[in-house]
Amino acid sequence: MEHTIFILALPLLSFLILALAGMKLPHKVAGTIGTLSLATVTVLAYVTAAQYFGAGRGADGLFPTLVPYNFTWLPLTESLQIEMGIMLDPISVMMLMVISTVSLMVHIYSFGYMKGEKGFQRYYAFLSLFTFSMLGLVVATNIFQMYIFWELVGVSSYLLIGFYYTKKAAIAASKKAFIVTRFADLFFLVGILFYGYYAGTFSFEPDVRLLFSAGIVIPVALGLMFIGGAGKSAMFPLHIWLPDAMEGPTPVSALIHAATMVVAGVYLVARMFPIFIEFAPQVLHIIAYVGAFTALYAAVVACAQTDIKRVLAFSTISQIAFMMVALGVCTSDDPHAGGLGYMASMFHLFTHAMFKGLLFLGAGAIIHAVHSNERDCMGGLRKYMPVTHITFLIACLAIAGIFPFSGFFSKDEILTACYSYAPMMEVFMSGVAGLTAFYMFRLYFLIFWGKSYYESQLALFEKGRIEKKPHTPHEAPAAMLIPMVILAAISCLAGFIPFGEFITANGEAYEIHLNTGVAISSTLLAIIGIATATIMYMKGQNKVTLTMKVRSKKFIQAAYHRFYMDELWLFVTKKVIFRGISRPIAWFDKHAIDAFMDLLGSATQTFARQIRTFQSGNIQSYCIWFLHGVMILALILIFLV
Amino acid sequence: MIPAEYYLVLAALLFFIGVFGFFTRRNLLGVLISTELVLNAVDINFAVFNAYYFPEHLEGFFFTMFAIGIAASETAVAIAIILNVYRNMRTIRLKELKKLKF
Amino acid sequence: MELNTLTIIFIGLSLLMVAAALLAVTTRNIMRATTYLLFVLFGTAGLYFILHYTFLGAVQVTVYAGGIIVLFVFAALLIGKGTRDLTHTSILRYTAGFTAAITGLALTVYLIFTHQFPEVQHPVSVVPMKLIGHTMMGVEKYNFVLPFEVVSVLLLACMVGALLIARKR
Repeated sequence: MEHTIFILALPLLSFLILALAGMKLPHKVAGTIGTLSLATVTVLAYVTAAQYFGAGRGADGLFPTLVPYNFTWLPLTESLQIEMGIMLDPISVMMLMVISTVSLMVHIYSFGYMKGEKGFQRYYAFLSLFTFSMLGLVVATNIFQMYIFWELVGVSSYLLIGFYYTKKAAIAASKKAFIVTRFADLFFLVGILFYGYYAGTFSFEPDVRLLFSAGIVIPVALGLMFIGGAGKSAMFPLHIWLPDAMEGPTPVSALIHAATMVVAGVYLVARMFPIFIEFAPQVLHIIAYVGAFTALYAAVVACAQTDIKRVLAFSTISQIAFMMVALGVCTSDDPHAGGLGYMASMFHLFTHAMFKGLLFLGAGAIIHAVHSNERDCMGGLRKYMPVTHITFLIACLAIAGIFPFSGFFSKDEILTACYSYAPMMEVFMSGVAGLTAFYMFRLYFLIFWGKSYYESQLALFEKGRIEKKPHTPHEAPAAMLIPMVILAAISCLAGFIPFGEFITANGEAYEIHLNTGVAISSTLLAIIGIATATIMYMKGQNKVTLTMKVRSKKFIQAAYHRFYMDELWLFVTKKVIFRGISRPIAWFDKHAIDAFMDLLGSATQTFARQIRTFQSGNIQSYCIWFLHGVMILALILIFLV
Repeated sequence: MIPAEYYLVLAALLFFIGVFGFFTRRNLLGVLISTELVLNAVDINFAVFNAYYFPEHLEGFFFTMFAIGIAASETAVAIAIILNVYRNMRTIRLKELKKLKF
Repeated sequence: MELNTLTIIFIGLSLLMVAAALLAVTTRNIMRATTYLLFVLFGTAGLYFILHYTFLGAVQVTVYAGGIIVLFVFAALLIGKGTRDLTHTSILRYTAGFTAAITGLALTVYLIFTHQFPEVQHPVSVVPMKLIGHTMMGVEKYNFVLPFEVVSVLLLACMVGALLIARKR
């Protein structure tokens, strides 16, 4: 397993090359460097996975946890030290595969999407940096290394959201994303420090006795860590940054804000899962409720958005909330008795990364074709973009949970897990799943069906109403289509992976078996959602839609504005925190502390101005003082000594 | 026989008159003249000490002689510098020679 | 101390020197200051004669009075008339210099009169010229050929240096 070091080293190397020398390289060379290194990483990740899972289970029936590299970076005390290394266990190997696959797809896709953009090399450098940080995060041997890479991921996300740094909205979005996630990370850090102090270690496998003696502190620390995870994974109410993050280039949204970085919070909870289950089951319940609420909230908001990337962003929030719920509903680590959610969550993470990545890449292709994010500028695109249409449809079916696409299997496991926790939870989440199907197909129909915006514009042009000939939508280039097709294929087939064979909460093999009742009911709900969407949107805006719109105008308006969550945050920060707390502190700082420092400075200055005449540069006066000094010394030496 | 102290007091007087001139003159040549006074006073001391206390040797004698030689060379160099300063600045007033001040 | 001719001469010389020195540092005219300096130098030569150091007195007259004063006069003449006047300095500087000088003088005089000098030996008569020559050029102990050569090199260096500094560019 020694080759795993290259999984981290290669992206870092390509980042350094591209960042230092990138601007001197032609676009194609820079992109090729990034893509080739990522391709190698992908191959290595798959080889690692094959070797790891191929080696089979150990004598105790578990996959062993391998640590090929580990060195002490900062020894704080005898036991408490910060280490850096690589750890391989089922979930980290799975994450390696997911990240490298999606990242490779995005690298290839970006060749087409970013073609001719200014800062192409910078873009690839940031992608490499992100991939490096994300891979470092998942293979972290301890919580502190994880935190370091966690922040690196945040930085590269900030850089990539703000890629179009001349655009005001992009700058605001990148700042918002960074500040909100950083705010959450503060809790994460505090949680880590609590944990490190009481457990005496940063490792994932602490001394259980110490944890028991720590009492209430450990649940608090885990709860704080979850807040950090909630920030990265955009859980309510820290979700506000993710929709804005869509200002970044679309492939970046696919990679960071759909498939990899945003699931870091889920990964964190999964990583700490044994401790959660043992010491803080109540925190897991909170996670479940937060997740469930977020899932519903994001799904409702997604129904009312007009920007297709925003719809996908809210759908991402909703789907990640599904994973959180799945982790939260675990009551033990035995998959046969309440511990199914862990496996379901990881399974959904895997499948979601694939089909959500695909959705974003498809959205990128559509935006590339029509040069707009707004659904009003789309419609009827299926004639112009057949491949995109098919892959997008596959992804929609997968996310809606239709057999045999991958989403069906993973979502079904989640719902089963919910059912074993509480039937009400299952009903609730099934409803959200149905809503998911509805809004995804609403999106699908609005983009690919209905009245073509292009054709209506063309008609207007021919009549001479508008001056400019509308741009004909065209199918994306091969560099963009190939990754989409590959991801579509994975989305079709991934559901048949016997996931329980590899990843379960306690590590023992678990054979996935469908809960027929749950499967049928969720499929029915999905079909109802799809059918509703079909009736309402397939032929453009029809009577049903219009009456709906008029009747619930207020509700739709509120949902469109995301139930004014952003405004609430602005109120809290600007009106309450800035005005109520920061301003008095700033006043005190300016008028008390600064004034004192100013006083010191001005006093020194005045004093210096007084004594600077001594330094007249006049040798005669120097000599006079010198002689006076000599005289005084002579007097002292003669008469006093 | 004149007591040696008389010579020494005279030399001290000349010396401190020279020092006073060195401090109060505002002109390079004036400063140089004061320096000559100081040197001269020291020369007297050398000669007196030799003549009164160690008459069997000639150390003070030769010291005085070499000091005169050195004073001559020093004056030559100093006046060359003063002339050069005057040529460049058109003044030898100490108050106006500030180029090296800061 | 009996009041013999030598003493009277000494006192006269002393008074002349102190007065000339005072005038040399206070007069406003640079030519006058030079002239007063000349008087002081002549007085010093007189002192050397009283001390029986006649050769030293001769050197003093030729080098100091003949050489250095001429240099001063030339410098004073070369430098324009406008800068020749010596202006007054500030009262503060005057007082400071005065106090420093007076304190120093008082201290020195106090030391001269309180210090226990060794027994005064009878000064020899005029130092013979032959002895001076042998001592200056001798290589034994208490002889001065090395300083003599060093001073000669120094004088050469000064000559070259003075030329180098003063020549027109």
